[in-house]
Amino acid sequence: MALEAYQTGGFYDELFKGDGVAHDAASPLVKQIDALSKAELKRKQKWAEDILYQSGNTFNVYGDKKGTEKILPFDIIPRMVAASDWDRLERGIKQRIYALNLFIQDIYNDQKILKDGIVPRELIFSSSCYLKPCEGLKPPKGVWTHISGTDFVRAGDGEFYVLEDNLRCPSGISYVLENRAVLKRILPHIFQSMKVRPVSDYGDHLYRTLKFIAPEGVEDPNIIVLTPGIYNSAYFEHAYLAQQMGVPLAQGSDLIVKDDYVWMRTTRGLKKVDVIYRRIDDEFMDPETFRPESVLGVPGLMRCYRMGHVSLANAPGTGIADDKAIYAYVPKIIKYYLDEDPIANNVPTYICEDDKERDYVLANLDKLVVKAVNLSGGYGMLIGPKSTKAEQKEFAALIKAKPREYIAQPTLNLSRAPTLVGNAIEGRHVDFRPYSLYGEEIFTLPGGLTRVALKKGSLVVNSSQGGGSKDTWVLGDDTTVVEGGANAE
Amino acid sequence: MLSRVANSIYWMSRYLERADNVARFITVNTHLMLDLSLDKDSTQWYPLIATSGDDEDFSKRYSVADEKSVVKFLTFDLKNPNSIISSIYLARENARTVREIIPVEMWEMINELYHLTQAQSRKRSIADLQDYYEFVRRCGYIFTGLKNNTMSRDQSWQFAHLGQMLERADKTARLIDVKYFLLLPRGQVIDSPYDTVQWGAVLKSVDALEMYRQQYHSINYRDVTEFLLFSTAFPRSVSFTLESAAFSLGLLCGNADAPSLAMQEMKTLIGSIQGSKADDIIASGLHEFIDVFQYNLNLVDTAIFENYFDPEAKA
Repeated sequence: MALEAYQTGGFYDELFKGDGVAHDAASPLVKQIDALSKAELKRKQKWAEDILYQSGNTFNVYGDKKGTEKILPFDIIPRMVAASDWDRLERGIKQRIYALNLFIQDIYNDQKILKDGIVPRELIFSSSCYLKPCEGLKPPKGVWTHISGTDFVRAGDGEFYVLEDNLRCPSGISYVLENRAVLKRILPHIFQSMKVRPVSDYGDHLYRTLKFIAPEGVEDPNIIVLTPGIYNSAYFEHAYLAQQMGVPLAQGSDLIVKDDYVWMRTTRGLKKVDVIYRRIDDEFMDPETFRPESVLGVPGLMRCYRMGHVSLANAPGTGIADDKAIYAYVPKIIKYYLDEDPIANNVPTYICEDDKERDYVLANLDKLVVKAVNLSGGYGMLIGPKSTKAEQKEFAALIKAKPREYIAQPTLNLSRAPTLVGNAIEGRHVDFRPYSLYGEEIFTLPGGLTRVALKKGSLVVNSSQGGGSKDTWVLGDDTTVVEGGANAE
Repeated sequence: MLSRVANSIYWMSRYLERADNVARFITVNTHLMLDLSLDKDSTQWYPLIATSGDDEDFSKRYSVADEKSVVKFLTFDLKNPNSIISSIYLARENARTVREIIPVEMWEMINELYHLTQAQSRKRSIADLQDYYEFVRRCGYIFTGLKNNTMSRDQSWQFAHLGQMLERADKTARLIDVKYFLLLPRGQVIDSPYDTVQWGAVLKSVDALEMYRQQYHSINYRDVTEFLLFSTAFPRSVSFTLESAAFSLGLLCGNADAPSLAMQEMKTLIGSIQGSKADDIIASGLHEFIDVFQYNLNLVDTAIFENYFDPEAKA
């Protein structure tokens, strides 16, 4: 009933092969959603929103003096990733992270890849993400990118493409865990008919990753999460992760550097800190090394880090590898360090710094997506086919003024997924961000954040631009552990 | 645990207890007015302001102390830092900074209480608010239940408990004081039927009526004062709550041979209570006694800050 009139509209659809026909793996899910009346579905949607509201992961509505708060929009119809798709995604993600980690280590140390002329030298040194204070750094166990979230989209050909690597402590994992917890309450019977892989052990994996990187000789490390504070938009997540691991959540003002070690101020005096999962940007972390005006950070932190007295996740400086211009070189980076062909697809990328490529971009602004290399959240972006002449003119001027700051890519026909909008279920464009942890080895959580562009026709999934999220069900096969113990039967 | 976190837990707990007690104050007054058939413009709302310690702030911003203004001031006035809405707001802000420490259910309960308070704040008539006050009180019990049944007895519990007990001791003392102000113009009616009704309402507001009756059977001024100040068995009496706070403070301090400043102040405070007798206090003035008590209580609070929360002292 609920899905009766659903149309794929010619887009690749995450649940449907064609109008009225579900993908094989999605079939039990589609059947059960369809068995609900629209009224029931709406009631469940409302229930989910109430649960999320009560959990307090809310934002103040800007400019509202009455203290109105709202949640990040959530759609109860889950998105699904088939076991075979996941297998390739997972291998592709791990390969990228291994290679990018080696790349960062190389860039801040030997710079072999620059000497061998694989990546242009000027691209690195012109990047605002290249941090001079990180030169010569060798993080514990050689790991820089402990926590990452790889952004994928699925295009019209049904293939997944990497859009961004997000190697600087990406946010959003708390939504993955919360969305799942909510759906288990709202649609429990549907889980039992699908082989959905669990995500709730993320906190354990994160804790083990952080423990692994503890300074040499520290048996039982004091691990903390460092937050900019309650006014940060991701504060809920910082608290949530500290809670999932059972570790203190500190602010910069709780920490002090003394005798080249980091200490926290406790009710029983100072206590040494060994590992910091910091959710403060590189440049605000230590006013002694980076921005002197930062009040969020801890003066002297980098000094302790360099001496190996405290470990940081992620290491500072990782932004150099997720600069959108470096992105174009990731296939070559993989080949260079691992001598393997890339498993995950890269989107062809034009680097405006390059004269020839810039000419092409300027001539095709109405067809391409232009992105500022160092902005996220859907800001600094031009979607050619949906832009006005005036906007194109504005971007042409921006590109000419600062070519290093821009790249362009062909406009991808993003896949859609059925989404409850008002009284109807309609297709909306989605992306997908799985999260990975790099400790003793790389672990990719079988799940992730599906962001959905709730505005009809919109390709921008960012929450700041009218995006919401969905629970994401990575399906297992007979060998994997799944939610609800469907394999136990 | 982090000093900042300990401070937040302590205050989260204090503010919730404060909101709970202000709701009790208003409820007891409403019942009194009904029992005594006083109309809503009666001056009998003023004692709530007089004992709140915020009478100066009140008289600056309100011209009369009638039902409407007093209820507004104590319940939904955001400019009054001790109103129910301010207390709940501050409890939530403190809870927000310690979410990683407190049980999820505790955060959700505080969050729900906050949202409900926001929604209720449009109502102005006390008749419409009875359910709300009841809800605030029930949340107090849920909080206590969650605290006692789901939190490990580590430092976070001790600080939550300490905050709750100190606030309760303060408010129970003030509650007895409310009655003192009520009596002022009616001094001749001590132990009259009116008086019994009034003290009954006071007992009821701290859910003490049944327990009191089992011990004393009939209601009179002296016995109620004795019960609420000195009972070693009733968990909301001033003496009981202070002993309970001292127990937590002792665990936090650790070393009994070298008591912290907070512990020393606490011992002084408990000594001053337990060294007194109901008859003596009544003879020399209950209100004066409670004034001194509150002064000493503040010394304990200040010492706790210095011992555990002050970040500068630890550096």
